[in-house]
Amino acid sequence: MTTIAPPVVRTKGSNRSSGGRSGSGSVTWMALPAFVWFVLFGIIPLFGVLFLSFTTWNGIGDISVTGLTSWKATLTDPGLPHALWITFVIMALSWAVQTPMSILIGVFLATSKRYRELLAVLYFIPLLLSSAAIAITFKALLDPNFGLGAGLGIDALNQDWLGNSTLAMATLIFIVSWQFIPFHSLIYQGAVRQIPTSMYEASQIDGAGRVRQFFSITLPQLKYTIITSSTLMVVGSLTFFDLIYVLTGGGPGDSTRTLALEMYQKGFQANLMGPASAIAVILVLVGLALSLLLRRLGGRADESQLEGV
Amino acid sequence: MSTITERTPSATVTGTPGHPRRKSRARGYNWFGGSLSWIWLVIVMLPIYWIVITSFKTQDTYFITNPLAPPTDLTFQNYKDVIEADFVRYFFNSVVVTAGAVIPAVLVSFMAGYAIVRGASNRLLRGMNWVFLTGLAIPLQAVIIPVYLIIIRLKLYDTLLAIVLPSIAFAIPLSVLVLSNFIRDVPKELFESMRMDGASEWGTMWRLAFPLTRPALVTVTIYNALGIWNGFLLPLVLTQNPDQRTIPLALANFQGQFGINVPAIAASVTLTTVPIVLLYAIGRRQLLSGLTAGFGK
Repeated sequence: MTTIAPPVVRTKGSNRSSGGRSGSGSVTWMALPAFVWFVLFGIIPLFGVLFLSFTTWNGIGDISVTGLTSWKATLTDPGLPHALWITFVIMALSWAVQTPMSILIGVFLATSKRYRELLAVLYFIPLLLSSAAIAITFKALLDPNFGLGAGLGIDALNQDWLGNSTLAMATLIFIVSWQFIPFHSLIYQGAVRQIPTSMYEASQIDGAGRVRQFFSITLPQLKYTIITSSTLMVVGSLTFFDLIYVLTGGGPGDSTRTLALEMYQKGFQANLMGPASAIAVILVLVGLALSLLLRRLGGRADESQLEGV
Repeated sequence: MSTITERTPSATVTGTPGHPRRKSRARGYNWFGGSLSWIWLVIVMLPIYWIVITSFKTQDTYFITNPLAPPTDLTFQNYKDVIEADFVRYFFNSVVVTAGAVIPAVLVSFMAGYAIVRGASNRLLRGMNWVFLTGLAIPLQAVIIPVYLIIIRLKLYDTLLAIVLPSIAFAIPLSVLVLSNFIRDVPKELFESMRMDGASEWGTMWRLAFPLTRPALVTVTIYNALGIWNGFLLPLVLTQNPDQRTIPLALANFQGQFGINVPAIAASVTLTTVPIVLLYAIGRRQLLSGLTAGFGK
């Protein structure tokens, strides 16, 4: 815990003898509580889930290693490609709705000073609510018998929003956007304000209009923010669980059953921990692949993006 | 990361940087962005408005009145019903879990962040930092089954501690990242002068770095508290007994319990949201500026 490589490297005795123990060896132990804790409940489970995917376990009794049985069961289950597909649909649609909206709202919030403070306060509210609360609110609000549509007597609003497969998906995307657009627009707001105003002045002298400025200056300057925000959206969408669990429970039928939900139902409702672990491994791999892909797209290696996350 | 302070939100209102932009606004109001923002604001606020007014309606009037009109006969009966449905216990459970997880998580993350900055040349610390950064990509959902296994083997199943332990772990990576980025901005000379005065690293950490990192500590605390207060999966998987329920789980159960009593459901949602809105009101400035500065790179 005390002396590791560095003290050997810089053997400036004067530093040491001056009383302060500034050598990095003396601070290493300070990182240990966090590190050990995270390894215990973060890293070990990560390997644990890989191990469990090669076992059979009902969640209560003994765990028996059964080789590829769980993997075979998982990979031949038609539920898996379906859940993968649903996960990607939610990911793609919620990204496609949220990104343009967040950028436009963020750009507006960054330049309009008068209401900015007020808007920023109110925009943040959805982020304070638990997904469970949001799901319950919308479930009540959209109820075909007791909800807003029935109460106002507007037929167009009075659909079985969560009872029809297509509508349920659309509703889910809307609620996800409701929950997260405010957050992402605040990210963009912060980023737009860091764009040097001189760029806008110069382009204005050249006669560029607002639309031209948006596409030629704002959007290119937001490149890294778009990547950061998209990474958060895409990787985050893999883990939507609470919202869907409370809102639709994966239904109607299996039309909103994502990977995370499939895993939960396999593991904690059907007591098939082996196959559930295999799904969890797939979940990790998909997440890693996506974040690597998005980082590749960013061009600039890690530093800036990691700082953002 | 140098701008994670309360300066951010209002810094550009006055002074030269804002000036040219004001001129560009003379070209006219940004109608497109403006109307979009206001429409979205209405969409954001409508469900919140609806849930609050509905919580004060009686079940009878709810079905016959305009759902968007404020209540004519204000009633607190719904809140009484919710509180009588053991709400206080769930609230208390959530407070215990949140405080029990956030305080240790932030403290150990701060220590780790400090060590990572001060021992930047140490290979072991760089390795640990790499583990934390990689850890950011591990979703809780993916490891919930082994976490469940660990908890039952520790004989902690169905206790609040079962929720606390993994919550701490999953708060650590982001907290370490944000705090170490912040500590890195503390001028080297300050550390040096502390050292000259004979302060130990331990003393320097608490007496110098801790106060200087306060804005980031507040941001990280609120952010983690929010996530843990609203956490659903851990309580769902690691507890069973209604006595150990935290608020989000209790909410999901209220919904079944109250059935079609929409005003009571509305009251339960409102009541569970009040504490975090209060917390937000207190720490809003720091949370917002911390997040926008941290993410807006």
